Amino acid sequence: MHEMSLCESILQVLEQQATAQQYSKVKTVWLEIGALAGVEIEALRFSFDVVVQGSLADHARLEVIEVPGQAWCMPCGRNVVVQQLYDLCPYCGSHQLQVNGGDQMRIKELEVE
Amino acid sequence: MCGVCGCGEGHSHSHDHDHEHPHDHHDHDHGAEHTHAPGLSPKRMVQIEQDILAKNNRYAAENRRYFGERGILALNLVSSPGSGKTTLLTETISRLKDELDIAVIEGDQQTARDAERIRATGVPALQINTGKGCHLDAHRVGHALETLQPKDRSLLFIENVGNLVCPSAFDLGEAHKVVILSVTEGEDKPIKYPDMFHAADLMILNKTDLLPYLDFDSEQCIQYAKQVNPRIKILPLSAKTGEGMDSWLRWLKAELELQRIDYA
Ligand SMILES: Nc1nc2c(ncn2[C@@H]2O[C@H](COP(=O)(O)OP(=O)(O)O)[C@@H](O)[C@H]2O)c(=O)[nH]1
Ligand SMILES: [Mg+2]
Ligand SMILES: [Zn+2]
Repeated sequence: MHEMSLCESILQVLEQQATAQQYSKVKTVWLEIGALAGVEIEALRFSFDVVVQGSLADHARLEVIEVPGQAWCMPCGRNVVVQQLYDLCPYCGSHQLQVNGGDQMRIKELEVE
Repeated sequence: MCGVCGCGEGHSHSHDHDHEHPHDHHDHDHGAEHTHAPGLSPKRMVQIEQDILAKNNRYAAENRRYFGERGILALNLVSSPGSGKTTLLTETISRLKDELDIAVIEGDQQTARDAERIRATGVPALQINTGKGCHLDAHRVGHALETLQPKDRSLLFIENVGNLVCPSAFDLGEAHKVVILSVTEGEDKPIKYPDMFHAADLMILNKTDLLPYLDFDSEQCIQYAKQVNPRIKILPLSAKTGEGMDSWLRWLKAELELQRIDYA
């Protein structure tokens, strides 16, 4: 979804940070993307290359750290790993699951010069 | 090995990079990128730790504060195109406008048609055209508020761009996302587009007047929605015949009352 506008948001952060952190080029960007964040990583890569063209991050490499989805199962009283928002608890089959991890989309760090 | 240090020399890392990112999903191929002279490289690492949507979320928080300070109930209406958002709004407004102040922000890629449909009911409406954008964002909604100036203690509907995917990620500062699904779209939409049904607090199942002509399995649909979001409330209705509208109006008034509680 909306990978293009996510990449535009990423570029904005890179541009904002350039002054504060004193860099003029971004060589690598590390993102942390949760499995439940609704982000299609291949589409994100494609959009990224397009969006950063001609910017301070032109040709920058995108590294994606994928984080598994996690939810609290109420009947089991513990955290379980889920792949999708509609997954049932792998142990008890309940859908009383509360997502509590793996829905993030964060910029972690940059390699700059 | 971490891609940053592929060449093993010359970097002045500003922190102890722990090399533990799970990179297995992605083949590293960085021989060619590391042709700089060791020792001369100004390359370094910068830690950022920022939510990609941080900017939108900041604007959303501002909008939420704006609504809170004025006792305004803001609802973000999301659905695929044609599920009946604008029809539901005009029908709702004609039933409530004598007892409540109502305003509407309309989001569409093009045209001001929906804002005109709303204004025809006698309440203020502002159209935002997103152009190629597939969703409203909190920044544009913030500016719309400056122009629209919704009254204190009023009901503000934000009709998002018709799209069951993208608007789910963009908080506008609303009290609730309300997802509208019409029975002509098929009962499997909650599991096909789980992000949206997960993000919504209420699902309106619209166009129930058409059920006799379709194979739509309402029970299955409701079960799918609850599977994606155990807390979601579901109201079946027909904006056309008015069946089920009462429950929706009661929900709106109850939510508005809650929003007004901490408003003097
Ligand atoms: N049969 C029936 N048609 C409806 C109902 N609600 C909306 N429609 C029709 O669905 C079409 C799209 O409605 P509209 O309100 O423009 O949808 P939007 O794109 O979500 O704003 C219009 O032709 C409406 O008349 C309903 O409850 N029953
Ligand atoms: Mg509409
Ligand atoms: Zn369980």
